[in-house]
Amino acid sequence: MADDLLKKLQAKFPGELTAAAVFRGEETVTVARERLLDVARFLYGLPGCEFRLLEDLCGVDLLTHPDRRSRFEAVYHLYSLSGERRLRLKVPLEEDDATLPTTIGIWKAADWFEREAFDQYGLRFEGHPFLHRILNHEEFQGHPLRKDYPIKKRQKLTRPTYYDWGGGKEPTPIGAAAEEPPAEDAEWTVINFGPAHPTMHGTLRVLAKIQGETLLEAVPEIGYLHRGFEKTSETLTYQQVIPLTDRLNYVSAMMNNVGYVRAVEKLLGLEVPPRAQMIRVIVCELSRIIDHLVCIGANLVDLGALTPFWYCFRDREYVYDLFEAVCGARLTTSYTRIGSHAHDLPEGWVERCRQVVLERLPRSIEETEKLITHNRIFMDRTRGVGVVSAEDALNYGFTGPCLRASGVPFDLRVAEPYYGYEKFDFEIPVGDNGDTYDRYLVRMEEMRQSLRILEQALDGIPEGPHKVEDRRVVLPEKEQVYTKFGSLVRHVKLVVDGILPPRGEVYSATEAANGVLGYYIVSDGTKNPYRVKVRPPCFAIYQALPQLTRGVMIADLIAIVGSLNIIAGELDR
Amino acid sequence: MAFDLDTFVWLLRNVLFPLAVPVVLLTGVPVAVWLERRGAAFMQDRVGPNRITIFGLRNAGLLQPIADALKLLIKEDFIPARADRFLFFLAPACSMIPALLTFMVIPFGDTLAIGKYEIPLQVADLNAGILFIFAVASLGVYGVVLGGWSPNNKYSLLGGLRSSAQMISYEISMGLSIIGVLILFESVRLNDIVRGQGHLLFGFLPQWGIVVQPLGFLLFFVAALAETNRIPFDLPEAEAEIVAGYHLEYSSFKFSMFFMAEYVNMLVVCGVITCLFLGGWQIPWLPTEDLSALVGPLATAVLQVGVFVFKLWFLMWLFVWIRWTLPRFRYDQLMGLGWRVMFPLALVNLCVTATVPFLLGAYEKWPK
Repeated sequence: MADDLLKKLQAKFPGELTAAAVFRGEETVTVARERLLDVARFLYGLPGCEFRLLEDLCGVDLLTHPDRRSRFEAVYHLYSLSGERRLRLKVPLEEDDATLPTTIGIWKAADWFEREAFDQYGLRFEGHPFLHRILNHEEFQGHPLRKDYPIKKRQKLTRPTYYDWGGGKEPTPIGAAAEEPPAEDAEWTVINFGPAHPTMHGTLRVLAKIQGETLLEAVPEIGYLHRGFEKTSETLTYQQVIPLTDRLNYVSAMMNNVGYVRAVEKLLGLEVPPRAQMIRVIVCELSRIIDHLVCIGANLVDLGALTPFWYCFRDREYVYDLFEAVCGARLTTSYTRIGSHAHDLPEGWVERCRQVVLERLPRSIEETEKLITHNRIFMDRTRGVGVVSAEDALNYGFTGPCLRASGVPFDLRVAEPYYGYEKFDFEIPVGDNGDTYDRYLVRMEEMRQSLRILEQALDGIPEGPHKVEDRRVVLPEKEQVYTKFGSLVRHVKLVVDGILPPRGEVYSATEAANGVLGYYIVSDGTKNPYRVKVRPPCFAIYQALPQLTRGVMIADLIAIVGSLNIIAGELDR
Repeated sequence: MAFDLDTFVWLLRNVLFPLAVPVVLLTGVPVAVWLERRGAAFMQDRVGPNRITIFGLRNAGLLQPIADALKLLIKEDFIPARADRFLFFLAPACSMIPALLTFMVIPFGDTLAIGKYEIPLQVADLNAGILFIFAVASLGVYGVVLGGWSPNNKYSLLGGLRSSAQMISYEISMGLSIIGVLILFESVRLNDIVRGQGHLLFGFLPQWGIVVQPLGFLLFFVAALAETNRIPFDLPEAEAEIVAGYHLEYSSFKFSMFFMAEYVNMLVVCGVITCLFLGGWQIPWLPTEDLSALVGPLATAVLQVGVFVFKLWFLMWLFVWIRWTLPRFRYDQLMGLGWRVMFPLALVNLCVTATVPFLLGAYEKWPK
């Protein structure tokens, strides 16, 4: 099958795919920018294996990479739901002419990803309707993720960003000192939601053009929580990146930990032992439940229902107690290590966890269900609001509950099972209409399915080591460090020199609470990752907001934003 | 002037009552806030405020609202730069004063007859009582509208707009829903309406407004929720959408005026519902004359006031209960409910009340 696809591509574009490489089972095809659109269209419509999902698009600066072939590369990560397979597409670019055609016409998901690549690397996507900075400020000089941009360089950016809405054109950012007032006779006004607004959880900001209570247009303005995760990662060792991943999706930090170390382990060619896999499944499913509880609770509070919010948050604390017992932290867990964990599960933890899973969490779900699911006001507020069709959802790069609510049964735990998910008995809930109500229902059902997985996992947790036996990766036991000289040296060397993975690149995706959480890691063989790109699920989802909210009422905007579960930490990185 | 009983009664009726009722009413505000917060905590599986102590005594958080009020008083009184200062000052007063005034005509006990003196247990026994309430209460919307307009803030303005539209829409259903009661009890004087509810229907059923006008009660209750900006009708201040709506820019004492006015309005509305639909101060099956003969006039008055207060606080609890159960409407749904559901229902209710008893000849047999 693997060769089949590459063969088809070679046959269709003879001599034009400059390299087709396979590393760690991932296929990479390099294509010149002139043929990018043709190849992309061919892949999009490939019979039996349509690459309908553009999972990730990013730039890589190869300035100091030993395998440098060109200055930049634009990297596309495609996924085919029908063929259940991935493909990496690379477009080499040179510094003086870093332009390539936009792929928005094929995947709408490319919109923000291309803006990000432009922002961070200065890649110019020709034909992009709105190629402006997205994570960095409009006034920012240079492109921060380029290797020749010093990490310590500071820029003072003070002016707030507003939009020029005039003339029916696309709203254009202006770094104006004050908001441009609409003309006296204008029948609309602009209202600013966020970044400090009760419903813009985190630091989201939506600029809304309103006419009375009706929203004519809503433009999300992101980047308020941009803290340069990817740039920082390039200066740290592989282990040191783990605490930073907590801060991506801080509502389910465990899943980020697991997603990241899984990517690095893939790069190293390691597979963690069965007990470690099961531990990871347990903490991930617990995280999924609390993530959904937070999403539903926050969404409900925005709709004016405060009581179910408390029901959701009350039992979340029990899960945090469990996390605290495992790693000492409640929110920023940093639990996983590469090939290992901070600690094995403490004694009696499984019993405690079982109690939470059997008694506490179902209670939360039941009480919220009773109060809300058939509540007429809630149904009126959410049904038919923020509808996104299956086709659109996929095209926008939706994944996770938001995609499944639109009726696409895509879940990486089933599509490409990892950590033994194929052994669990669970179902993927799907919605019918893709509206806010369906997103709520899907999340509710997913929590129940996660409880099912947890019950099975807790019953079947195997004995054995929770770390791989690999001296190059895992720190020796503390006891041995203090008593054996060899172990002490190994410890010091691992901390100082870090883990040295082979040269190469991997993309590893896990099914996080809100969709596909992907990590793209490029290694140049040194102790620091050459490039770490996170594919946060909500980044792709949030870019559909203007379409979802066109013509709705202000109150609907609030309901829709809440149901998409946008976490500013992973959105802005 | 010699201090005799006449003077005392005069003072009682004309000085003490008008002063005492607002004070008691304002004292009810912290209690209402306490009920709200502890009630919310109770429903949400939390503890709620319980840290405030006085002389080392815990008081279940009863003093928390007072501490909050004190805190509010010493906050900076902020006025936005581009605000219309006069209206900005006027708005809180506009919501507070009508709220206090309306309670003046609500009777909280039957006329107390001691010897030759007759003391009505209400501040002003107006013959147009209920009309007075409607007239004054509808002025309260100006406080919200001005509060929304004057600080020159878009969120506030949206809150003010929502509020004026909502109040006007629901005031119509509210007005129509009580006409049935007015027809049946043939009076707009509140004390007469309450007395009328002392009779028994079919010899055993208290002839309360809720019994003879169930639909009217329901409509009035829903409209009352809307008039007091309570969830599910709290759109003017929907914190999730327009932050805090009309009182967004207010701080310190001005904010507490709005805050208190909201709770006073709730107390007033609950008082009105009690009078119109729940028999006011009437104790079921115990008319004033019987009770008076049993325990004496003074004890009767105390019992009746107690019953009135109990009914009022029961309704307050109902308000709290609803607030912490339901989500919020959307603007168009709120308007739809007001105009497409409640208004026609109120009209139907009015027509049925006006014609059916008359046609059945029941009207003549009505116990009066």
